[in-house]
Amino acid sequence: MSLVFAGVCPHAPGITGRKHLADPELRDAFYAAFDDMRQRLEATEPDVLVVIAAEHFANFFMNNMPSFAIGMADHYEGPIEDPGWIGIDRTRVPGDRKLSERFITQVMQGSDVAYAEEWKFDHGIMVPLHFLTPRFDLPVIPVNINCQGPPLTPLHRAWNFGESIRAAADAMPERIAVIGTGGISHWPATPDSGKINEPWDRDFLDRWTRNDREALLDFDDLTLYTDAGQGGFEIRTFIAVSAAAKGATGTVHFYAPIPIFAVGCTIATYDLTG
Amino acid sequence: MSLYAVQKFLYELNRDERVQAGYHADRHAALEPFELTAEETRALVEPDIGLLYHLGVNGQILMHFAALHQIEWADYLRLMREGIEQHGPVREGVYAITGYAGVDAAESGDEA
Repeated sequence: MSLVFAGVCPHAPGITGRKHLADPELRDAFYAAFDDMRQRLEATEPDVLVVIAAEHFANFFMNNMPSFAIGMADHYEGPIEDPGWIGIDRTRVPGDRKLSERFITQVMQGSDVAYAEEWKFDHGIMVPLHFLTPRFDLPVIPVNINCQGPPLTPLHRAWNFGESIRAAADAMPERIAVIGTGGISHWPATPDSGKINEPWDRDFLDRWTRNDREALLDFDDLTLYTDAGQGGFEIRTFIAVSAAAKGATGTVHFYAPIPIFAVGCTIATYDLTG
Repeated sequence: MSLYAVQKFLYELNRDERVQAGYHADRHAALEPFELTAEETRALVEPDIGLLYHLGVNGQILMHFAALHQIEWADYLRLMREGIEQHGPVREGVYAITGYAGVDAAESGDEA
């Protein structure tokens, strides 16, 4: 089989942890868009969900920071954050060690990756799963791209990594779904938390929906930091999904800056049926 | 100045309940294995969120340390701002790439 679903969504912990402080109308519209994404995902009947996230020092630290890492376990735990703080109960999330191993073996044909037989999920994965697999009944393969500890994974390497993910999916019999989580512009957990560069976000999403490789890679980290904050480094996860979509064009189903969530909330998917 | 050691301690504290128990029981003893300056030790013992941000601790690590101390989100943001006002721009780390632009740069920096 191959890739049956490709999309992106945010993962900010405020989405669940500070939901009581958000404008109810805007929050509910965003939650509805997230639920619509869940239905789109379920309609593709995936066997496994690959979650390309930007990890935040829950598992990987500057003593041994991989550019790319993929989980390889039968189950994972999350959230690592205090459940009351993030608004998600601690739970066991299913994985599939053997399937992960086959997937990693294939990805390694094109990209150098670290693998991890244990992985504590942080908000980068748990917030999307809370909405997309609320019963935690779909096996997950967690993936991390270093978007946090410079030197960061180069953007063109994130693109190559997405190509490797697609090649792996094409070589496997399972129905594979992939999502990228994070971004887009935001300044999370800093004094500027709540700042969102909406014009920048919309320009980036235009590049993403067109799946324009050259335009998506036309950033450097200094301008990214200046225009999109350190949270903007997480476009690497979006870029990897673009490459995995292999030329497909996308649709933004929802976008709205929600400062109390500290991010422009985006729900977007690629059309893989063309 | 040993930002790496400060962040390494917080990384271990954030992900290990045993380290948290040790920190709650005896903060100085919990910090003993880490090569820290007196300033860094003080910031981690008090805790001084503003000073830790000024020293360059990544917010993705620092916000969990604040939550551990039951510091509300709005207070966490305020303490970082006060730290910058008191100590100056972030010294090191990812936020020192361009220097801190100041609270006024946050167009909607009134997040609660």
